[in-house]
Amino acid sequence: MPRHEFIVCDPEKCIGCETCESICSFVHDSEFNPLHSRIKRVRIEPVVNMSLSCQKCEDPDCVNACPEKALEKSEKDGSIMVDEDKCSGCAFCIRACPFGSIALSTTSGKVVICDLCESTEWEEPQCVEFCPREALALRTVDQIGDEKRIDAVKRLLTEIIAESK
Amino acid sequence: MTLEGYTQQRVNIHLGTGKIDLDTLSEDFCTSWIGGYGFGAKVLWDELKPGIDPLSPDNILVWAIGPYPGTNLPTSSKYGLFAKSPLTGMFGMAISSGSIGQQARRAGHNLIAFYGKAEEPVYIMFDDGDIQIIPCKEIDLWGKGAWVADEILKEHYNDTKLSVAAIGPAGEKLSKIACVTNDRNRQAGRTGMGCVMGSKNLKALCFRGTKSVKLAHPKEFFELSKELYKRSIGTATSKYRENGTPDGLVSYNDMGMLGNYNFREGYFDKMENFSGQWLNDNLVVKKVACSQCPVACDHLAMVPKEHPDWAGSVGSMDIESIYALGSNCGHNDWSAIIKAITLCDDLGIDTISGGTTVAFGMECFEKGIITKKDVGHDLSFGNSKAVVTMIEEMGNRSSKIGDILADGSRAAAQKLNGDAMKYAMQVKGLEFPMFDIHGMTSFAVGVSVSVRGACHLRNGAYGLDAKGKFDRFGYDKPLERGKGIKSVEDEYAVIDSLIICKFTRGIYHERQDYCDVYRTVTGYEMTPEKLILDGEAIHNLAKCFNIREGATKADDYPPERFFTEPTTRGPTKGITLDKKGYTSILEGYYEARGWTKEGVPTDETLKRLGLDFVIGKLPGGKK
Repeated sequence: MPRHEFIVCDPEKCIGCETCESICSFVHDSEFNPLHSRIKRVRIEPVVNMSLSCQKCEDPDCVNACPEKALEKSEKDGSIMVDEDKCSGCAFCIRACPFGSIALSTTSGKVVICDLCESTEWEEPQCVEFCPREALALRTVDQIGDEKRIDAVKRLLTEIIAESK
Repeated sequence: MTLEGYTQQRVNIHLGTGKIDLDTLSEDFCTSWIGGYGFGAKVLWDELKPGIDPLSPDNILVWAIGPYPGTNLPTSSKYGLFAKSPLTGMFGMAISSGSIGQQARRAGHNLIAFYGKAEEPVYIMFDDGDIQIIPCKEIDLWGKGAWVADEILKEHYNDTKLSVAAIGPAGEKLSKIACVTNDRNRQAGRTGMGCVMGSKNLKALCFRGTKSVKLAHPKEFFELSKELYKRSIGTATSKYRENGTPDGLVSYNDMGMLGNYNFREGYFDKMENFSGQWLNDNLVVKKVACSQCPVACDHLAMVPKEHPDWAGSVGSMDIESIYALGSNCGHNDWSAIIKAITLCDDLGIDTISGGTTVAFGMECFEKGIITKKDVGHDLSFGNSKAVVTMIEEMGNRSSKIGDILADGSRAAAQKLNGDAMKYAMQVKGLEFPMFDIHGMTSFAVGVSVSVRGACHLRNGAYGLDAKGKFDRFGYDKPLERGKGIKSVEDEYAVIDSLIICKFTRGIYHERQDYCDVYRTVTGYEMTPEKLILDGEAIHNLAKCFNIREGATKADDYPPERFFTEPTTRGPTKGITLDKKGYTSILEGYYEARGWTKEGVPTDETLKRLGLDFVIGKLPGGKK
């Protein structure tokens, strides 16, 4: 099974500025509207801030929930592709997504889902490019596990690491 | 032609009758007055009857944004409130950030004017173009703190992103230092705009917008915004991002500029652990940002878990709040400062005026003007717990002295006997920001000529002293200093009209940068020359508003303390301002502005600025 990159947010770094939201809608639609954004910032006062977008689940609830068979998981990059001709805007996928990462466009009436900016003229996801704190990053699950393991070992073996320098 | 950026929609809300009507802001109006401050100044000049009681239904409250909210321009989600100030009796204005600007922009509103007074307490829901005036009693809103009101409204509309600007009990009870709170930690703080809302029975404004924001030149704007983003996470903002504004505690104290003990001193005697570094290393738990701000100056600090009274309280730490509620009250107790800030934000009191008015009360207590019998507890300098208690009593008007101090230091001094006015550290009625001006001869003038009263945000001339542009103890080159003071003031008028945050002023390397952003957003070819002239005109119009309300040269002087009482320690030890020298710089500033020696714009100046409509309407104006 191929490993796919998706956007992860480090809540320690996230300042909750909503730049990811505005830039997402802008690069996709050439206008600003967070309702059309494929990434959403969550703030729980006073200190919790984190953005969420499509997690590229292996067995996506959204795809399974769609009564019109309008959603499909791309084999190439794992993104959920929306067939706009089929999408009726019923929002069952929005209800099914455990991360609240699907939005319904107020103009087209179709759902929009993070495509890592594939449909835009930019190669890299622009929310990641613009994130002022590098809180957003493109990662595969293996990379995430790797980073976590290194952090854990650093914590566990602080003394040995310090002595070896 | 329509401009992009601006919605050009003006809403007039007549609270007395419940009538709401819409108007279109012309392209000429938008490009001449820019937004925010400019819109506020023009509407109040045109429509506010001179001499009215600021707390009467005759006052007009103006809410305004500029062309940028809703875009990803750094720090673009800002709004301003404008009215005749109940605290100063002059031009009142306060600017805030957070989420309000962008939501309101998407709802389609550019300028909202509130007239009259609602019969009963109400809040207003701006749900896109649908505007409802709703009695507070329907959801039991009146009497609630601003934070609780925000939660109630978000829950009521089942919308966690609903933008709410609310007053707390202080505004409801017409405290003249009442602010408006939004997004928990952001306040339209100064000059009592919360009091004006309270006087209109207006508890809260809620905004929700779904419309997209289009730009005149999206591709160009995109490249520009990318560059500005890069700059806004570079050296231009590092101070605000790293330790935040509290970084200035040590550096300004080292220059003898940190107000303490009600401005008897500029060099604090309790600097142990009283630094931005210590605060960040020990108490800051999170940095958060306003919508579309890469800087995140908002440093949230938590009272330690083991604290007996206020454990877990989380407050937003800015140097101005820290000085006012801390050093100016003679203490360095971080927990008390954090707690007092949370109370100010929730009860709806401006932290600067609130803290400085407590400091005034402390000095009156020391001098025996008010006694322990009056207060009910000790109110000595250094008693940090008393600061917290007093803020609570002021916000709720729940004690005799709290009730008196709730209207700020000048009004309080008028009610108290003896020499109380000597200890009111204010200009035009507005309490001092952090800077002790004993050894700041340029900023002494800057802070005093500010149209909204003592303020570092109307006039950034502290930089002239802090950066050594002129001898900060001397009085030479009065005209050059005057030009320097004028220049930052005009620049700030532009910034507050656009409206962007002053913390990102450093990302605009030249004035052309402002114009490029303005053009790519709106489609209007702005030039640096026109932009700064507009800023100058806006400032002059606010000044003319003050003159029309009776302001004179005497209102452009700081408190006597700075002329007569030298400080006793630090680099400004033994120093006072010299009145003759001060007056020479003041007159240098008037000359630089093209005003008379009495500080009144000449007809020639008014014509040069396109303010012909003011001519003949100023008492004392040169014919």
